[in-house]
Amino acid sequence: MSADFLYGIEVIINGLMAGVLYALVALGFVLIYKASGIFNYAQGVMALFSALTLAGIMSGQVPFAHLINAIFGTEIHYFGWEVPVLAAIVLTLVVMVVFAWCVQRFVFRHLVGQEPIILFMATIGLAYFLEGVGDLMWGSDIKTLAVGLPQGGSMFVENATSGLGGDDFYGFFIDKLDMVATVVAIILVAGLIAFSQYTKQGRAMRAVADDHQAALSVGISLNFIWVLVWSLAGLVALVAGVMWGAKSGVQFSLSLIALKALPVLMLGGFTSIPGAIVGGLIIGVGEKLFEYLIGAPFLGGATENWFAYVLALLFLVFRPQGLFGERIIERV
Amino acid sequence: MKQNAVIDENTGYTTEDGRKIGGVMMDLRNITLRFGGVEAIKNISFDIREGEIRAIIGPNGAGKSSMLNVISGFYKPQEGEVYFRGEKRPPLKPYQVARQGVARTFQNIALFEGMSVLDNIMTGRMGHIKSNMLSQAIWAGKAQREENENREAVERIIDFLEIQAIRKTPVGRLPYGLKKRVELARALAAEPDLLLLDEPMAGMNVEEKEDMSRFILDVNDEFGTTTALIEHDMGVVMDLSDRVVVMDYGRKIGDGTPQEVRNNQEVIDAYLGVAHD
Repeated sequence: MSADFLYGIEVIINGLMAGVLYALVALGFVLIYKASGIFNYAQGVMALFSALTLAGIMSGQVPFAHLINAIFGTEIHYFGWEVPVLAAIVLTLVVMVVFAWCVQRFVFRHLVGQEPIILFMATIGLAYFLEGVGDLMWGSDIKTLAVGLPQGGSMFVENATSGLGGDDFYGFFIDKLDMVATVVAIILVAGLIAFSQYTKQGRAMRAVADDHQAALSVGISLNFIWVLVWSLAGLVALVAGVMWGAKSGVQFSLSLIALKALPVLMLGGFTSIPGAIVGGLIIGVGEKLFEYLIGAPFLGGATENWFAYVLALLFLVFRPQGLFGERIIERV
Repeated sequence: MKQNAVIDENTGYTTEDGRKIGGVMMDLRNITLRFGGVEAIKNISFDIREGEIRAIIGPNGAGKSSMLNVISGFYKPQEGEVYFRGEKRPPLKPYQVARQGVARTFQNIALFEGMSVLDNIMTGRMGHIKSNMLSQAIWAGKAQREENENREAVERIIDFLEIQAIRKTPVGRLPYGLKKRVELARALAAEPDLLLLDEPMAGMNVEEKEDMSRFILDVNDEFGTTTALIEHDMGVVMDLSDRVVVMDYGRKIGDGTPQEVRNNQEVIDAYLGVAHD
């Protein structure tokens, strides 16, 4: 096999792994959209917020330290302890569940039955609010998220595959973090599917997504389900936040990964969990491959910045419901 | 004879076909429901007894559906009390009423269109799942046993309502008459104490109506399910129900056995359209 061909394969593998990370973000959107018809603009900020919270709790930061110090004239910043990773993750999850409850109790409960655009506007407000709360709680400095995930290229894969090509080929370069992210994403998705297919709460979730009245009549509490869905979206946000945060540090730009999820949703459809995953993979592979085959040699590179959006645009023109979305049929 | 049945306050009565009707299960006292300035229900009282088929009839806009919505918790009356099994019911949310053992169907059919018939009916078993989330997700022993039991219960209902052929069909693809039947199946799956049917035969042809009437009677016969239903078709109501409440413009104008109601002058006026003054 020629080195060029093998390098192409490496590009595809890396694309798949990048795609997994896109899919993770997109999943959060799909969960909430399916169950409540809300397009949650705040999903990216939720990822940022959860990553901030995790980093803050682990380093023993005092939440709202600046606010407290400003009011009481104190000088506290750290508790002086460090919380182990697992405990910090559990605590962060608790924070996300409380957040989910607050969102439902103080925002969306009062907007039941409103137009989708109004719900969408509410999530924009929520995004800015949460961003502010994140800053106020944990400060706006860039944090590193040292949750003990392996980083750097995997020597194992490199050595194992170096014999495939000729003298020009040194083996596949694959980031360990990407590998971990892939495994975690697979577990997460399997868990989510098992949850929604086989548990009472999962069934209730699908029921609420389908018909509110009918759900009420079989004894399902809408409020409970919505809190549950926002909590799940919080969990997905946390996973995405940890993976992206470990990759590039926890900072404001993390919330912009939500933008990358949009083309994924255009492709996969807003209502399909498998769609989010396949959409993510297609975008991941597509942009890497396009860059390698066409972008870098002919277009001067940096096509990864716009490729996904152009692809999404094409989908909007020819197949607006995405690959797996429910078919849009207008009855007249 | 049905028309001469003497109703004893505590022990109930026996119908002409020999069914034993028990004491009061649900008692509605002085219910008034307003939407802004409009009084949809004006000071109405009636009861539903254990094991009976109770019909609510009346012309369009009489407030029948509103009454059913009050019973099932979808509407909260401004005045009046609801007594269920002898206890005064606090204002409950619809899902809480459902959990108390009151199942219902809707006039405009509320099914989960994206799910199969089987899954739809399974949602009716929601209240019968007791094992925890994790064991359900990993299909552990107790959860599996429970799931099997629920499946069996659902299959019995599917057999009973003769919808085996469409078990796996997505509900969205079914014709209207079958959707109505699936909705009834889902309500039955909950094994309710009280079954509320909002126009179960609306929009059906004669054959479908006959089928549905048979099912309602069989359900009552087989499971002893107390049933309250709203229906337009007078013929059907007279054949089906043990006692009838007649509403007109939010008021109760008649209450009794079909025979009594049929001979009630006010009811005749309401149906034949005598001018109201």
